[in-house]
Order: sequence, then C-alpha cells, then structure tokens
Amino acid sequence: MLLTGWGRYPTVTSRVTAPGNVDALTKELRAHPRSMRLIPRGAGRSYGDSALAEQVISSRFLDNFIALDAENLSISCGAGVSLAEILRLCVPQGLFPPVLPGTKHVSIGGAIAADIHGKNHHVDGTFCDHIESVSLVLASGELVHCSRTENSGLFHATCGGMGLTGIIVEARLKLTKVPGISINTESMAAANLEESLALLKEHNEKKYVVAWVDCLARGAALGRGIIHCGEHSGTGELRHRESSSIGVPFTTPGFLLNRATMATFNTLYFHRHSRAAGARQQHYDKFFFPLDSIRNWNRLYGSKGFMQYQFVLPDEAAENGLTEILEAVSRAGKGSFLAVLKRFGAANQNLLSFPRAGLTLTLDFKYETSLLPLLDELDAMVLAHGGRIYLAKDARMSEAVFKQSYPNWEAFKAIKDRVDPDGLFASMQSNRLGLSCADVGSSTT
Amino acid sequence: MNILIIGANSAIANAVARRYAARHCSLFLVARSENRLQTQQQDLEVRGAKRVGIHLLDVLEHDKHAEAVKAALAFFDGADIDIALISHGSLPDQDAAETDFELAKREIDVNGLSVISLLSQLIPPFKAQGRGILAVVTSVAGDRGRQPNFIYGAAKSLVSTYLQGLRGKLLPDGIHVVDIRPGLVDSPMTAQFEKGALWSTPELVAANIEKAIDGKRHTVYVPGYWRIIMAIVCSIPEVVFKRLKL
Repeated sequence: MLLTGWGRYPTVTSRVTAPGNVDALTKELRAHPRSMRLIPRGAGRSYGDSALAEQVISSRFLDNFIALDAENLSISCGAGVSLAEILRLCVPQGLFPPVLPGTKHVSIGGAIAADIHGKNHHVDGTFCDHIESVSLVLASGELVHCSRTENSGLFHATCGGMGLTGIIVEARLKLTKVPGISINTESMAAANLEESLALLKEHNEKKYVVAWVDCLARGAALGRGIIHCGEHSGTGELRHRESSSIGVPFTTPGFLLNRATMATFNTLYFHRHSRAAGARQQHYDKFFFPLDSIRNWNRLYGSKGFMQYQFVLPDEAAENGLTEILEAVSRAGKGSFLAVLKRFGAANQNLLSFPRAGLTLTLDFKYETSLLPLLDELDAMVLAHGGRIYLAKDARMSEAVFKQSYPNWEAFKAIKDRVDPDGLFASMQSNRLGLSCADVGSSTT
Repeated sequence: MNILIIGANSAIANAVARRYAARHCSLFLVARSENRLQTQQQDLEVRGAKRVGIHLLDVLEHDKHAEAVKAALAFFDGADIDIALISHGSLPDQDAAETDFELAKREIDVNGLSVISLLSQLIPPFKAQGRGILAVVTSVAGDRGRQPNFIYGAAKSLVSTYLQGLRGKLLPDGIHVVDIRPGLVDSPMTAQFEKGALWSTPELVAANIEKAIDGKRHTVYVPGYWRIIMAIVCSIPEVVFKRLKL
C-alpha cells in the first residue's frame, strides 16, 4: 500500500504487515526472506522517511498493557501502545509520563526509536532517559531484553536507533506522580531573537519551557516570539478528558499556504499572544498537544506534503547561528506557522539521540523542489556552528552531513552489524545516511 | 457486569473487551491461542477489569463447547452472565473453497455451525437466569451473496437468520439477541490490504458494539453507514448484480 511519514513526503509503495502478538512477529521474521529489507513502524508520526521501506512491520496490534506498578511508578506495555492510551490509563491515578512530545498519538516503540523529547528536556532529559528496559526482536527472530545494566550497548543503540537494531516489542517506562492535571502557564512576548533567547535562559529552571518564533519577521523584529512556560499545578481533578478534535477531511490546495497567508497568521498570533501574555491555568491536553485538536493537520500543506526541519546548535554558537539561519529562511520567504525554539539540557549516552546542550529550532516548510537548495544551505550553516539535525524529522539530509554531525554513528553501526549481520533492518533514511548494510546503495533519495 | 467473550483473540473482540475492562467488568475469555489469551488477560487487568478468566477452545471441536460454557459459569460463580459475545470467525480462500468441499465445510463450520452449537449451549443457562444479552458478530457479507466471498457470506447469513428467529423465541424469557454486522475492519489479518475510506478500526467498531449492546439494539451495522451501503447492494437487480464482481 502507499505509505508516507507524517510530512506526507516522500511516498512509497510498501508491503505492510501488522502481527497480532510477539509470537506472530517472531515467526514472521524467521520466515522473512533475507534479501527483502524491512523497517518497523509505530504510529507513523515521524515526519520523513525513517519508517518507510519496501516492507514495513507495524506495531499497531502490539498495543497491550503488561503491568502498571503504581507504587514503583512504572508501566510495562507493548510497543504499539500510544501515549494517549497511557495518559487515559494513568491520569486518573495521578500518574504522568515524564516526557511528552507535541502529540499524544505516538507509539511507545516510536518514541524510543526516535528518543523523543518534550518541553522539559532541559530539566528531565529525553523519553529514553525514563525507559528502564526494552525488549526487542532481532533479525534472527531472537527476543532480547536490554537495559542500562543488561546488554547496555544494545540498549544505547536501540534508544534513538530509528528501529535499525531490531523491532521493539515491549518496554518499561518510569512515571511521575502529579498532584493535579492542570498546568500553570505563563507566556511573555519577546520583540526579537535576543529577547527570546534571554527569556528562555531566564526561565530555564521552569519545568516546561518553549518559545514560538515568527520566522517570517525581518529586520529588527527577526526572531520575535512568545515564550510559554508551565509547571504542574496542584489543582485540576485527576480525570482524563477525551478532548474533542476537528478533522481536515481532505488535502487542501497547497497554494493556500503562501508567504502572505503565513505572515498574516504569524503576525496575528504574535499580537494576540502578546496582548494575552501573563499567567493562567490550562488543562494538560491543551498545553502539551495543541495540534492534536486538528486531526490530520498535515493535510493543510497540500498534496505534496511538507518537511519539518529541526536542528540544534550548541549554546556558544546559538545566537549567531540562529540569526544567520532565520535570516536565510526569512530571505527565502519559505517559513511557516510552526517555528519552535527551545533550550535543551545535556546529551545522554544513546548513540544516535538528537538532543544535546544548546538551542533547538523547528521549522515547517511546504514541500516544493525549490525548498531543497535552501535546506542544503541551512545544513551547511548548522554544521558550521557545530549543530545537527533531528533524524525523526528528516527526509533529505545527506550521508556526509549526518556522519559529520553524529560522531557516534560508527559505534552505532558496529552494534547494528553485530545484531543484524544481514542488514535486514533498513529504512529509506538509513539507506540514504549510510546506516544500512554495506551492499545497500546509499543512492536512494 | 459479567461478560463472556468467545473468540476473544479477534481484533474486534479484543477492542470490545478493553471497553468493558475500563468499566471494571469481570470478563471470561474463550479463544484458541493460550499465549494470546494470557497477554489479553494481563492487558485487561491493567485496564481495570475486575477479574479476567481464560479458557482454551478450538470452536471446531463442538464436543468441547459445553465444557467451555460450564467453565464460564463456574468462573462467574453462580452470578448471571450479563452479556455473551460470540465473535470468532475466519476469512476463507473463496476460490479454493469453491472446489474443495472439505474446505468449504470447515469454513461454514467456523463461521456458522460452531456459533449455533455454542448458542445451543448458552440458551439453557440464559433461560435459567431469565435475563441477559446474547450478542453475535456476523457480517455485512451475509446480506447478499457476492462473488468474492459467498461461502463466508453464506455461513454468516445462516447465523443471522438463526438469530432473527431466536430473538423472538427468547423474548418471553427476557433474553435479548443482538446481531452485529461489521463492514471492513482493520486487523492483523487485513494489514496488507489497501485501506480506502470504508475501512474502520477495531476501536471504532468496538465503541459501536458497546453502544448497540447497551442500547439493546436488534441488528446493527458497524459503523452505521454500512446499513445504507448494504441497502443499496441489496437493491441492485439480479440481472445487473450477477455481472458485478464486488
């Protein structure tokens, strides 16, 4: 069937299976022809081509809970369970996942494979920093268990390993206790990049901090934005709320998103939030997942899809680097509504994890061929400032850019080659980045 | 509430069981794979089920049906079974079954006769308790014999016709009979199919089934738009219909 990532670019024809349990999966892998590369896929929320291949094994039906230990604050479940399901189960018991991304519709397997982060990375680290153990099925069909103390090399390769070491089938996640479900939020306006960065620094001890940046503003207003902070409040009844959402029933014509409409949107957003700056209380669902209220929002970018470009720059290079990049984006007039700036804490030990100390900026671009040269230009700037690009969002980075910015790639590849000697697990992305087996060409674009 | 689910391993039954688990019901699951039953048992307990019992059964072994029902009654320990849901089935290779009678017979047994056998074991205890709901998952395929799956369809319509009669027969006993007819549902079995707009998820279908059972509906199409689709399919004149490969 036709398959894409969340960005709806690129599209591939793929054979998809969705085994009903671990046994069926093991059986399927043992019988699988070695020559046909495959990649596991969770909820399909990575943006680019990291969960695309000619054969895909979906964790959709590995969505069972195994145990909820409210005393020791941990939950074990299948890889296909979504964060939405975990929230539904845990919130009424005053328990909360320690790291939440921008959507609750991600699978646990995918969250581990991309080692995702949230608005609290500077305080709590990545999702995998709260994963106690992972079970995965290797290419041989063997089920192995790994953690920081057991098969630790495999653990650090699998966390953030983009599904290339094996198929994650189960995991145990640490939970935190929350007194209530409401988040005390505070937002403030920043007139330019310097102010945005200063505010992010100033509020660095707050639990959740993120800034929205108007990437189409130019000149003195370059990098103006709204900083949102949040802390768990002691109030708000511990009841899960099934928030209502509206859908985008069909793909809207891409031309509706052009420089004029986006600049108008951004200006309106900036002024509305500047006026409404201050403290308030929000339901956690609204605070963490504002975009979940529009199902299929990815259709708004038109039939060609879009690309999300997220990079991180080390602290010392951040201001200059961000200015240079925002200027390039603004000049090209290709920005979008969603530019998100956030400060990361220190990196962890996972070999391919994206976050490292510094500032990360996320930009959305409607896909068009003229976009690719701009992104190559941005790659060069990111590299020049010692930064790197997030694999879960990427659909076009070159092998050279990847290998230069992820210094642990060789250590990762050594572990992959050991557990997957035939190179069975390969995505379009891993082929492109030179992470697949030697005999798979890295020419796929 | 006490709920018996036969064919509990199916994607639809699994999703229905999860909804009742969240309502803290007691569940007794009957299915073929022990491994999967154990996984489901854990899952449903975490999701809030009061108690979960499991029992292994291959529905083709009719002589073991009585034992399965007895095990359920023992599990609920004298309390009434509020809902019995029968949801097992298999999608046969239509072309092969057309010329291989043994295969056809087996498929009609799995999708049809075994259901009747199980119902005949359930009727006496339900009559004795004088209440309860018998819910059976059939299929829109039973509404009209269509070229791609008429053996499956014939077995399902056998059950639907049986349920129609049974519903009236059990009315004086206070027992309600629900015929659930799902359309195209995503499951491990259908993962490889291209999914058009008519496909729905087991979770959505389960929500509809729960509502139909709670609301004591008679025949429900899930999702509801299948009633319209099948009404159209059934209204096509045979002269035209026999030429359609749908």
